[in-house]
Amino acid sequence: MTADSLEQSIDVDQQAVRSAVAKGIRASRHGALSAALTFGWRGLLKIKYVPEQLIDVIAIPVIFTLMFTYLFGGALAGSTTRYLQFILPGTVAMSVVVVTMYAGVGLNADVTKGVSDRFRSLPVWRPAPILGALLGDIARYVLASLVVIALGLILGFRPAGGAGGVALGVALAVVFGFGLSWVWTTVGLILRTPNAVMNLGMVVLFPLTFASNIFVDPRTMPGWVQAFIRVNPVTHLASAERGLMGGIVPVGQVWLSLLATACIVAIFAPLTSYLYGSKH
Amino acid sequence: MGVTVSALRMDMDGVSGPAIEISGLTRTFGRIHAVDGLDLVVPARCIYGFLGPNGAGKTTTIRILATLLRPDSGTARVFGKDVVHEAAAVRAMVSLTGQFASTDDDLTGQENLFLIGRLLGLSRAQARGRAAELLGAFGLEQAAKRQVKHFSGGMRRRLDIAGSLVATPDLLFLDEPTTGLDPHSRSQVWEAIRAIVAVGTTVLLTSQYLNEADQLADRIAVIDHGKVIAEGTTADLKHSMGSSVLQVNLDNPGHREKAEHVLAQEIGIPARHKSDPASLSVRVADSASGSASDRAQAALAELSRAGIPVRAFALARPTLDEVFLALTGHGVTAAAEGDET
Repeated sequence: MTADSLEQSIDVDQQAVRSAVAKGIRASRHGALSAALTFGWRGLLKIKYVPEQLIDVIAIPVIFTLMFTYLFGGALAGSTTRYLQFILPGTVAMSVVVVTMYAGVGLNADVTKGVSDRFRSLPVWRPAPILGALLGDIARYVLASLVVIALGLILGFRPAGGAGGVALGVALAVVFGFGLSWVWTTVGLILRTPNAVMNLGMVVLFPLTFASNIFVDPRTMPGWVQAFIRVNPVTHLASAERGLMGGIVPVGQVWLSLLATACIVAIFAPLTSYLYGSKH
Repeated sequence: MGVTVSALRMDMDGVSGPAIEISGLTRTFGRIHAVDGLDLVVPARCIYGFLGPNGAGKTTTIRILATLLRPDSGTARVFGKDVVHEAAAVRAMVSLTGQFASTDDDLTGQENLFLIGRLLGLSRAQARGRAAELLGAFGLEQAAKRQVKHFSGGMRRRLDIAGSLVATPDLLFLDEPTTGLDPHSRSQVWEAIRAIVAVGTTVLLTSQYLNEADQLADRIAVIDHGKVIAEGTTADLKHSMGSSVLQVNLDNPGHREKAEHVLAQEIGIPARHKSDPASLSVRVADSASGSASDRAQAALAELSRAGIPVRAFALARPTLDEVFLALTGHGVTAAAEGDET
């Protein structure tokens, strides 16, 4: 049935509207956390209804894994199988890092389309829609990681850290992704359109993932590139992933990744919250 | 949550005083004074219309009242609560249906209402029940499981209004609720608005359609350049012109200039061109020389003496359109038409 035929056949029932309004249902202020979880549920529904968003993003790490492993892997590491052991933990980091920009794309769409007007005029904790969306995004990060790991296992990735190491690696990537997504919510509230957020996302995230140790050992790179790579949090995340999945616990790298996450959240979560409360 | 109808509305009866009190409200965006010293009192339990051209400050005012925007100066109270300092209390009493659909396109109609119900503290079962009830009332039952992106404009707007009613608001803001809707959908929305106000909710709506304000609103504020330039019932506003309007359709558009001259001499007020090149209108007031109808008749006689054939004429109370023009010096229709394309 088309929208038009529905429109013709069914009308507003004035009596029913009247009695629905007369019921006088009152808002009872929801706890901050349960409001956020409700928005998390909304985020999960979006994955169900707009899966193409996730597929786009997962395609990137998958393509890069295949491309680097089979085109450059042999030359870089002597054999494609050996290179796969090196690149795959880093690809997990990459896949999560790339997905984070959708936090900004989604928030920007909410603001520009007007949905956030509805949320902001409800008697619920103001930052709940954003926090909830980011909690829902955790499912995306887990999914993206699992796809990459599954692909790796099929191609011959054999993590020495076993299931436990891999799980820890995924957990760390998810925590980092949650932190980094606050950068994108801030960007999402500053830029005008979802597309602008996505374009900036590509422009920032590709250099950020390439200028790291995800694909190659940076030792042969010029000094200034190495200097950037050393301070790039993605480098530390990739090293931590490699360690955890490889069966050693790289305490220093894990701490550095968590510290970077904490710093990002400390700066960008309040900034997001401020922009969301005051803008428009 | 299981409050009975009468108990709740009794509560409302306890709320005396106006729904909205605005005093000296200003808000600028860069160099634009969107709201520029606006003063207004909106009584409770009525449909109140904000009328004005694009950019008059209607939406900005509503966004301030719905706590989405902070004013630069001045105060606004909703049922006695300050929109800045008691924002949470205000949010518990108001609902907003914005100019652009505030529904989530990716979700289904049912999920949209369920989401709002959960956010307002309803249990899953309650939120589900409330969603079903509202979908039924707004004729959206069959579309409940479809994503909103597949809804027609009218269905979307009805869902949006239903979303504003999940909890019963004391004050409902409807920002241009029928802009862009076909006549059938528009009358559907009007019916819903009448039903909502019948049960005691105050409705503040903005409109660029004078006809809509005339049909729905008990009182109207005409807003222009961020200020209220006239306020009252539609009858008040029409009466404030103190005159009727004589409309004349000529046989021959070529006679219009001459007819204009005759009418101006006879009535003493310059006639106004209508968009139809063969018609013109002029305000006629009662005066010492006779009642408005006597004077209109005399003017028509004068036209025929001047040899200008008249196809049709009418003497009527001014339309809101004419009131608006008289008040602002510019029409709303042109702006509204421009906006819809």
